[in-house]
Amino acid sequence: MNNFEYKQATDTKDAIDLLSHSPEAAFVAGGTNIIDLWKYNLTNPSSLIDINHLHENAEISMLENGKTRLGAAVKNADTAYHPLIGQKYPLLSKAILAGASAQIRNMASNGGNLLQRTRCYYFYDPDVPCNKRNPGSGCPAKAGYNRIHAILGTSEACIAVFPSDMCIALAALEATVNISGPNGERNIPFSQFHRLPGDRPDLDNTLEPGEIITSIDLPEEGFADNYSYLKLRDRHSYAFALVSVATALKLNGNIIESARIALGGVAHKPWRNVEAEEFLKNKEANAENFSAAADIILRDAKGFGYNDFKIALSRKAIIRNGLMALNPTSQLPGAQPSA
Amino acid sequence: MKHTEMDTNKTVGKPISRLEGKLKVTGTAKYAAEYDVDNLLYGYVVNSTITKGKILSIDVSKAMALPGVTEVLSHKNRTKLAWFDLQYTDMDAPPGTVFKPFYDENILYNGQPIALVVAENFEMARYAATQITFEYSEEPFQTCLDNNLHSSRVAKKGFATALKPPPPPPTGDFEKAYQNATIKVETEYRHGTEHHNPIELFATTTVYEGDGKLTIYDKTQGTINNQLYVANIFGLKYKNVRVLAPFVGGGFGSGLRPQYQLFLCVMAALHLKRNVRVVLDRKQMFSFSHRPPTVQNLRFATDTDGKLTAMNHLSKSETSSFEDYFEPIASWSHRLYPASNTLFEQELVPLDVYTPMDMRAPGGSTALHAIECTMDELAYKLDMDPLELRLINYTEMDPSAEKPYTSKALKACYLEAAEKFGWEKRTPKPRSMERGNKLVGYGMATGIWDAFQFPSRVEAMITADGKMILNNAVTDIGTGTFTVMTQIAADELGLPMDDVDFRYGDSKKPFSMFQGGSAMTSSTGVAIVVAAKELRKKLLKKAKEMTDSPFKKVEDNEVTFKNGTIALNQNPNVTVSFKEIIAFNKGKTIKTTNMGKPHLLKLKKYSMATHSASFVEVEVDKDLGTVTVTRAVTAVAAGKIINPKTAKSQIYGSMVWGISKALHEETIMDEKLGKYMNTNLGEYHIPVHADIQQLDVIFAEENDEVINELGVKGVGEIGLVGMPAAISNAIYHATGKRIYKLPIHFDELL
Repeated sequence: MNNFEYKQATDTKDAIDLLSHSPEAAFVAGGTNIIDLWKYNLTNPSSLIDINHLHENAEISMLENGKTRLGAAVKNADTAYHPLIGQKYPLLSKAILAGASAQIRNMASNGGNLLQRTRCYYFYDPDVPCNKRNPGSGCPAKAGYNRIHAILGTSEACIAVFPSDMCIALAALEATVNISGPNGERNIPFSQFHRLPGDRPDLDNTLEPGEIITSIDLPEEGFADNYSYLKLRDRHSYAFALVSVATALKLNGNIIESARIALGGVAHKPWRNVEAEEFLKNKEANAENFSAAADIILRDAKGFGYNDFKIALSRKAIIRNGLMALNPTSQLPGAQPSA
Repeated sequence: MKHTEMDTNKTVGKPISRLEGKLKVTGTAKYAAEYDVDNLLYGYVVNSTITKGKILSIDVSKAMALPGVTEVLSHKNRTKLAWFDLQYTDMDAPPGTVFKPFYDENILYNGQPIALVVAENFEMARYAATQITFEYSEEPFQTCLDNNLHSSRVAKKGFATALKPPPPPPTGDFEKAYQNATIKVETEYRHGTEHHNPIELFATTTVYEGDGKLTIYDKTQGTINNQLYVANIFGLKYKNVRVLAPFVGGGFGSGLRPQYQLFLCVMAALHLKRNVRVVLDRKQMFSFSHRPPTVQNLRFATDTDGKLTAMNHLSKSETSSFEDYFEPIASWSHRLYPASNTLFEQELVPLDVYTPMDMRAPGGSTALHAIECTMDELAYKLDMDPLELRLINYTEMDPSAEKPYTSKALKACYLEAAEKFGWEKRTPKPRSMERGNKLVGYGMATGIWDAFQFPSRVEAMITADGKMILNNAVTDIGTGTFTVMTQIAADELGLPMDDVDFRYGDSKKPFSMFQGGSAMTSSTGVAIVVAAKELRKKLLKKAKEMTDSPFKKVEDNEVTFKNGTIALNQNPNVTVSFKEIIAFNKGKTIKTTNMGKPHLLKLKKYSMATHSASFVEVEVDKDLGTVTVTRAVTAVAAGKIINPKTAKSQIYGSMVWGISKALHEETIMDEKLGKYMNTNLGEYHIPVHADIQQLDVIFAEENDEVINELGVKGVGEIGLVGMPAAISNAIYHATGKRIYKLPIHFDELL
């Protein structure tokens, strides 16, 4: 870890200014990922701009149009336990609480959650090739130990997965990411925020240099009646998902009016398939139809050896989580499969 | 540390909380990296990024130019070192050529320490480490056990062979018996690499005292082992090297040998004539010893009644290219079960990795998993309850040595654990028990572990205040040693625990072996008994010399030591206090130093072991395969239990590690890169709270009058050995799937 300058930004504009004057600088909020990356010598910012004190981004509020705004500086734990989120967007609450540990959720910010980097072993080891860390150097994961790697949307260059739980729910809920930057404000639909690796795996998302996430907006529809988050991993807590599924259903009786299915642990971004969701419309909510939807979602899935199991596992997880969404009380702590 | 509520004459057998508990939970206890030392320099280790080859050049100019960087040490500029391997050989070194850090330009394994940056603060040392460039010439390497099974060979013999003997010679004619048998099972089991990962990082703080004197705070399981190591290598007088380890944040075997941070820290302190601290980071905790990966092949046969007739166990495990690390694997089945035709073989496969090392029931937990799963398969072949198969093959003898055990209450373990668990509710067919979305499985397995006793020397004394001080070099790695030794001493002298001061974790104190193998209670505990006996004699002798002493003509067995006094058995009102005796002795402490050691001649006629039985319930999700160990009962027979609370905690811990070994732990080697990939606790999985549900521990009554003065065997490893097989067998019972490897991943059950 190099010596660095520490600066505290007073508001969003100040943060953007500070960053623009020091291109080698980095923002820090919870610090639950960047400090690790720094200690591993994967990043060496010359200065650290503390954005924990941007009061305008520190609240959860209901907007006039029925939407809900999550401040980027609000902690993950405070978001998950916020009464409004618990009541209106319980899927988001469950997903957040399935991630990391209580201590990490207490520190981690909402904005930072969107920006966490992959946990690919090869990315984390500065002494081996990695196209994400060192473009053009190669990807040893493809023919290496790739149990935790992607099966969907991979590229020749990269098979890393995006590790968030919270973002899988945000994808299913069709959130919007609000951004400020040197050129003013803009917003990005959640589905366009994270990217697939393609030939630029070094880019995790579509945030431009100098930009900062200020908040995340949730649409009015929160799918509070029929939802479920299922997370499958090698231990029951404090592990990243091998496969996770966020399912949100709007039902009329047992008939699906609309469906959202987002997958985690399988791709470089939260994975949704609109065709599968369309397929479920006006269908009965049952295992057979969820299975058919899974077929659509996994049509182009491709394993790399150690992660081949993720294809079959995803299929079963999609079906199970669809059924769990019919009875949301069946969900267990840690997003474990229902009893 | 108040224990006045206890009946002072009976602390042994009581569940006494650990004496240093408050210091630990309040953060007051100091560990090796926490000693405030003036004028301290900080070392950070640089590790090789190649797996095999040579260092051609090192460029330290950028690092040395950084503010606060004092020195970069490597093989290029290291201090003069001892020449002979023997001088590097620690007490736990396997046969071979011990690894010598910074010795020359050769790289023997990925992660080998190749430089030490020393700076005025830790952060600068760590940053400077990233600014050093190495030029290497790389050579082809082999790190994959499976690809190199053909190059296996038997282990060289050496000092370590005494504690870890090779398997016994064949008996009968295995091949013929197996061929002719009708009930037989052939299995192949694979285990991955595991790293100990005690939560305390390896660390050394060396205080440079001048005149060739060093005081070293070190993370170790053996203070004297490391004292000798340092003195031998750096040519210092033994008495000038003092190694202290009063608190140790877990060891699991990793502290049985000196690790490289000790060597580098001492080298830097001597070179710079300064106080130096070296702390490894978590990633570096994967750059030395580990449990070796193994491949085991077993062939067991029984007659139609289930009696074993033939057993063959072949094990091949990894070692380094320079040392032959051997842990007994192939020999365990015959210490449990009789069979007239046996063939046990064990070989090593040298690879370009660091030397493996004892880790949490080394050998035993690996072997028993394969053995007890093979037994489970036999039970299914025989259409017999797995517990019944164990009972049919039960023996009071050790068939491999043809000797009786000093004691063996394994049958009680089986029966008591089975009852507590509710084994009779098991329906034998796989997939026959369900609970909602879960398949339910019951599994059981046997555990066995050595009952070691090492020589240990204890100094015991009564001081002017009538209290007792004991000195011994042993550590307490979290097992409860401090508490247990205090209990033993208190009972032996009839003192309240508050009046006993057991001092330990210091190489300056009388000899103790390193703390491993569940051997400390029998080793130092017995030494305390021996020393206490002598101390009682001396006190009584002195009491007899007192004016008008009522003890003048009494024999040793006519008095009782109680509440800090000697009392006449015939008239307990006649007493003399220790204080009075010492006052009579002109205030001079009465002391003795004695050795406790195993009675080898007597014990030659016996085998010694602890035993256990583990019963496990698992739930496996029908669709998704996720596994939860919902209940586990382990019954342990380990002689006398000095402190049921700390002993139970040992077994709880072992059971958790058993769950870990069965379902979680594995260090992933990328064979193409020749290095471990998941080198942090986020990706190297051990169980978290959510993985641990109901655990129960039973201590079966086992009176052992033969084994040693205390009748103790020690606990620790014995709680682990049966668990992985019990879990694997429960998973088979739940799912009908037999997984021939560890850890078992849930996707294998899809």
